[in-house]
Amino acid sequence: MLAFLLRRAVQSVLVLAVVGLIAFSMFRFAGDPVNQIVGPDTPVSERAEIRRSLGLDDPTLVQFGRYAGNVLRGNFGISYQFRQPVAALLAERMPATLELALCATVFALTVGILMGVYCALRRDTALAKLFQAVSLIGVSLPTFLIGILLIFLFSVTLGWLPSYGRGDTVRLGWWSTGFLTLSGLKALILPSVTLGLFQMTLIMRLVRAEMLEVLRTDYIRFARARGLTTHAVHFGHALKNTLVPVITIAGLQLGSVIAFSIITETVFQWPGMGLLFVQAVQNVDIPIMAAYLLLVAAIFVTINLAVDLLYSVVDPRLRLATGRAA
Amino acid sequence: MSAHETSAHEISAHEAALAAPIAGAAPPAPEAPRPGLARFLGSDLWASFRRSKLAMGALAVTLLLFGLAFAAPWIAPQNPYDPAQLELINSNLPPLWAADGQAPFLLGTDDQGRDVLSAVLYGLRLSLIIGLLGVAVSGSLGIALGLVAGYFGGIADALVMRIADVQLTFPAILIALVVDGVAKAAFGGALDTNATILLIVVSIGLSFWVQYARTVRSSVMVERGKDYVQAARLIGLSAPVIMVRHVLPNVTGPVFVIATINLALAIITEATLSFLGTGLPETMPSLGTLIRTGNRFLFSGEWWIVAFPGLALAGLVLAINLLGDWLRDALNPKLQ
Amino acid sequence: MHRKTALLAFGVALGLGLAAAAPAQAANVFRFAFQGDIKSLDPYSLKESFTIGMHGAVYESLVTRDKELNLAPQLAESWETPEPTRWRFHLRRDVKFHDGSAFTADDVIFSAARVRAAGSNFQTNVPADAEFVKVDDHTVDMVLKKPNPIAIHQFSTWYIMSKSWAEKNGAVAPSPASAAAPSYAALHENGTGPFVVTEHQPGVRTVFKKFPGYWGKVESNLDEAVFTTIGNAATRVAALLSGEVDWIDPVPLQDQPRVESSGNAVVMAGPELRTVFLGMDQWRDELKDASVKGKNPFKDPRVRRAFYLAIDEDTIAKRVMRGQATPSALLIAPSLYARSGEFKRPAADAKTAKTLLTEAGYPDGFSLTMDCPNDRYVNDEAICQAVVSMLARIGVKVNLNAQPKAKYFAKVLAPAYDTSFYLVGWTPSSQDSHNILYEITGCRGDGKSGRGGWNLGNYCNPKVDALADQVEGETDPKARDAEIKDAFDTIQAEWGYIPLHQQALAWGVSKKVNLVQRPDNMLMLYWVSKQP
Repeated sequence: MLAFLLRRAVQSVLVLAVVGLIAFSMFRFAGDPVNQIVGPDTPVSERAEIRRSLGLDDPTLVQFGRYAGNVLRGNFGISYQFRQPVAALLAERMPATLELALCATVFALTVGILMGVYCALRRDTALAKLFQAVSLIGVSLPTFLIGILLIFLFSVTLGWLPSYGRGDTVRLGWWSTGFLTLSGLKALILPSVTLGLFQMTLIMRLVRAEMLEVLRTDYIRFARARGLTTHAVHFGHALKNTLVPVITIAGLQLGSVIAFSIITETVFQWPGMGLLFVQAVQNVDIPIMAAYLLLVAAIFVTINLAVDLLYSVVDPRLRLATGRAA
Repeated sequence: MSAHETSAHEISAHEAALAAPIAGAAPPAPEAPRPGLARFLGSDLWASFRRSKLAMGALAVTLLLFGLAFAAPWIAPQNPYDPAQLELINSNLPPLWAADGQAPFLLGTDDQGRDVLSAVLYGLRLSLIIGLLGVAVSGSLGIALGLVAGYFGGIADALVMRIADVQLTFPAILIALVVDGVAKAAFGGALDTNATILLIVVSIGLSFWVQYARTVRSSVMVERGKDYVQAARLIGLSAPVIMVRHVLPNVTGPVFVIATINLALAIITEATLSFLGTGLPETMPSLGTLIRTGNRFLFSGEWWIVAFPGLALAGLVLAINLLGDWLRDALNPKLQ
Repeated sequence: MHRKTALLAFGVALGLGLAAAAPAQAANVFRFAFQGDIKSLDPYSLKESFTIGMHGAVYESLVTRDKELNLAPQLAESWETPEPTRWRFHLRRDVKFHDGSAFTADDVIFSAARVRAAGSNFQTNVPADAEFVKVDDHTVDMVLKKPNPIAIHQFSTWYIMSKSWAEKNGAVAPSPASAAAPSYAALHENGTGPFVVTEHQPGVRTVFKKFPGYWGKVESNLDEAVFTTIGNAATRVAALLSGEVDWIDPVPLQDQPRVESSGNAVVMAGPELRTVFLGMDQWRDELKDASVKGKNPFKDPRVRRAFYLAIDEDTIAKRVMRGQATPSALLIAPSLYARSGEFKRPAADAKTAKTLLTEAGYPDGFSLTMDCPNDRYVNDEAICQAVVSMLARIGVKVNLNAQPKAKYFAKVLAPAYDTSFYLVGWTPSSQDSHNILYEITGCRGDGKSGRGGWNLGNYCNPKVDALADQVEGETDPKARDAEIKDAFDTIQAEWGYIPLHQQALAWGVSKKVNLVQRPDNMLMLYWVSKQP
């Protein structure tokens, strides 16, 4: 058991190292950062000098070694465009992305579960079919188009909701939150829906499928036979059994939601890490790009590891196997 | 390898495959044997198809769009990829039925004087080609790696699954940016359109293989212990032969479902790549490129430039998704 | 019970938060959005119009430019040239920096050194041979080695910084691009201007507030100005239409009617100083990424002329630019060169173009690659596409390589100059033709001198270089204009470049706002007023 966890931990570190190397080396090809740093009038000799002082002329492996060493000491470097430590920039942007990801997930879970349950219980009604078809539209249109359509409808035409940014934020220590102001809450609605739509569809269909399976099990048949009300059977037993995998998956998905927020943040000018990343790509800001990729990888690996851990605690087959192995 | 590690992987693979961004392509429960593809094409599937009006409609739309895409060079009034055929004077014309519409531009023209109908037909063709090739690449890669990982286990398995972890960390968009950047740097100059298509196909292939690999792997792990595989091994068949001839047919069902839904996703991904500027050039637009460029005209009242490609894309993806959906339910014996 | 307590706590927190957010309403706040961001607050770090304009709200220069772009006194009350190589500046006496310290001659001398130090992006704004001498606390002399009639033409964007503040905060050197530690001056400001920066989140927002200790009278009635970056064009327009911001730049051409008809905002358009043009590689012996092997068709002036004539700029201006562009025969905007009216763009003529190609030995045309940015100039990629389809009609097959500016400039600029045919836009930073004759049409040579740094196709004629040198030192305006005309005539006769147009500036401005739009595209906050 301990050996297994240890091995997984070591593997996770290896994953991070590989991601770091890939992230670092691939951006060697993303364009010349010097052109972003200097203005058009700068002579060639000065450009060469900047290249040299940035260490861009060293072999890639040397550059990576230097970078990895700094990262281990908690130094992600200085952003080429902002001339600020990357760690500080990411920390400043992180609350925006995490709040957006959280809201998107909550939206996806609530609406997804409600619609999924309805579709499973009233499988053949017109409304259930409509839900299924409508939910598919969420995965049939590109995210950026959905976002722009929402802006067009709710900001420009109706004027109900803001089209960009986070509204007013309140600082709680280093964390800036949009949850405590009216404009902040309003600003969260459109981006959360845009970002969560995909997950919502996924969850709705998962709940529907799981629910349909659970409803067929002997366990539910016995519950019915015992004379429990339909309501109690559906929500007390069937839904409860369905929710465990659903919540697990929502948790696992959080990593991808954060990664996929790149597009939503671009459309809504949401000042989060994804937007920072897109701006960094456009400006060939290598330190930000590399740090962002490492961060996303770290979040993902952590969530995966946590789920593995959880399963090794919860799953009886595993406990049995451990018992035998011990 | 110890038993507990295998089962832990199996569970996380199962969950992650579910969690992967494919709309509900639930992999099979490992304990249930999957029927082979040949058996699906028997009467059960057909009967289920006949019962579902939605599936029939989806198939009809899919076939229609595939047909239009295939016939584009013969039925389109204009070749939108030939710059010599575009007249700037004809730019931004509304559809024929609007007041300022002009023949022969049935659905109007875009800002370069490109006939929107022709652009949609050719774009549909291009999007489908990219989607199908992308699915082919990711499918073969994923199946091959899944077979190897599942059949051999041990180091091969750990290696493949760790690579899968790394891959999952990177959204398709990031992979495409990387592949695009590396290729542009390697070739120095401009890439021609075929090379760009290849790049996008490779990016999509590299992004979506994990679902196949995980599904195939977990099925193979179950199959591997079965008597018929043991028997094949005993009579001296080599590992590749066993995998391809005996194990593979048993995992085709779920793979087919994933492939259908991935086709839809690949088409969407191509569109998103266009939004971020790494898709196909505007001179050779796919549906995604058409939407990205048309998107600029959304506020200005020139709605036809984005609306028709958008409808074509949504229709295509929706129909494919509905088909995949129905297929998944139809192949799931528990839901019969 | 527990649940109730938690709810109550949440409610209180919400109330506090809402209360904290409320008070800003009373002040007169101008909200504005640009497609890019304010990269750094250090006024010597990046030569980019919008950023420089924003710096102009907090920093000031000796000599500024007024609403018509004429030179005007700012921190220098007046100046004179007692002898051709000596400029004397009389400094304003009542000026305070934002930290309260007084402005003196020492700050000018310090700033003159800092702006020309390594790492500054504004080195050419102050002549390299100029020596600054303190006469007294409020008089400074600039001594030159040779006469230079335009020595102070770029002073308006050379902002004066405080010597003591820079020394105290370790910001004596300009924020170098390769900084190992964050620069203080990049994140903080200490100017003498009418606004102070109270919050600066790079890439997100920057907040300006009125500086109560300002020496002069300010036209603006703003208490506060909040800047936001909105990169996505549709989102930017939506923010203006819904009244969330009062000013946006740029408004995409196709959205201008919509903004005009919205009732709460207008489009302010005027010709910009930037000229968009096409360049051709006349340097390599074999054209890169082209079907012609062993030679370079662009070395033949007939081919260059054929390209020039094949491109119908009038239609591009009318259709692609929706009338918001002025076709140009020169590489410089008409307002920057007095005799530009004497130049005419030859009319498009595909037939002659085809004949010229045949004469040059390409009856079936040839194929080549064109480089084009897709996020730098107004409708840049659409212009390139139109060019591609116009050239297709004379048999030239163009493979268009449109890329984001980061990748585009990395490819086409020094040291590789990896392009055969490209589109670039240029605003002469000195507002003068010499800049064009030096940067765009000057021979690159070995690349060490800096001449021809933006001559990506290396069009080269020693006669033009000689004229450029003459222009630089010429003090008689009439003779100067004649020399410039001679140079431009030579370039046009050889079809060295294909000038396209000056794109129009398009700001989207709320009807509540009054402001000034200068052709250099800089937004000056001190000219912005808003109905409260």
